Amino acid sequence: MITLQQMLLLSGLLFAIAVAGIFINRKNIILLLMCIELLLLSANFNFVAFSRHAGNIDGQVFVFFVLTVAAAEAAIGLAILVVLFRQRNSINVADISSLKG
Amino acid sequence: MLVTSLFYAFSLVLLAAALGVITLKNPVHSALCLVLTFFTAAGIWLLVQAEFLAIVLVLVYVGAVMVLFLFVVMMLDIDIESLRSGFTRHVWLGIATAVILALEIVGVVVARGLGSRLEMKSGMAPVAADASNATELGTALYTRYFYPFELAAVLLLVAIIAAIVLTMQHRRGLKVQDINAQVAARSQDRVRVLQMPAEKRE
Repeated sequence: MITLQQMLLLSGLLFAIAVAGIFINRKNIILLLMCIELLLLSANFNFVAFSRHAGNIDGQVFVFFVLTVAAAEAAIGLAILVVLFRQRNSINVADISSLKG
Repeated sequence: MLVTSLFYAFSLVLLAAALGVITLKNPVHSALCLVLTFFTAAGIWLLVQAEFLAIVLVLVYVGAVMVLFLFVVMMLDIDIESLRSGFTRHVWLGIATAVILALEIVGVVVARGLGSRLEMKSGMAPVAADASNATELGTALYTRYFYPFELAAVLLLVAIIAAIVLTMQHRRGLKVQDINAQVAARSQDRVRVLQMPAEKRE
């Protein structure tokens, strides 16, 4: 049987890998978006694990909503990326510094 | 026993694919690794009896979101080399952060003994043989969570419109229909009916 602890450890390791990905690919916006998808997936693992552990379906309903929001985020993020590439001919984060933030 | 060994195998594939996503040079390879990650995640969710979400993960993520990612990656002509510069400088920072984070998470999970308490060590609550995950989820979604569900639909609509508006190109000199002018056209303005006397042949 799969225990709650195993699921939590797996999701924690996945989360750590995704955070490392954000650090080491910090110039490439496409890979940053992919790392965000990985982060959301690891959060969803926790929701599913606790939902099954508690015998309560509400956690899985929340996963459903997270998937919806993640799909919307990916669509808009990639649309912004395409517009950015048309304007700057680059997707390097370092090139997007107009606001001097 | 079979479930546990499958879980371990899937976990290894999942973590290896996630590592591939963040380390591979070519963004197309990263996207394909991400597809593998989602597939294995769906497999694990099937093992813990969250069947509906596993199918949705494959359909929505692999079928729609990852195809969109691959489409954008292949459409844009990206200079990978300039994006990879400074990779080795940040890789140690990334690894250090990830190791610290992983140690903290593992430490908390193990120290809280989330697997050592009896009812948790015995695994997750078994699901009745005739229980349907999709039915259960649908019942919750269409009763208690009905308004959030409708809001999610509106959110997707907003995302569709936003993506179209953002990427639409307005080119000058493009010949397009003017629907307003078409609808507002009146026959009186277009057609002139002339009354002419018929000519008589002698």
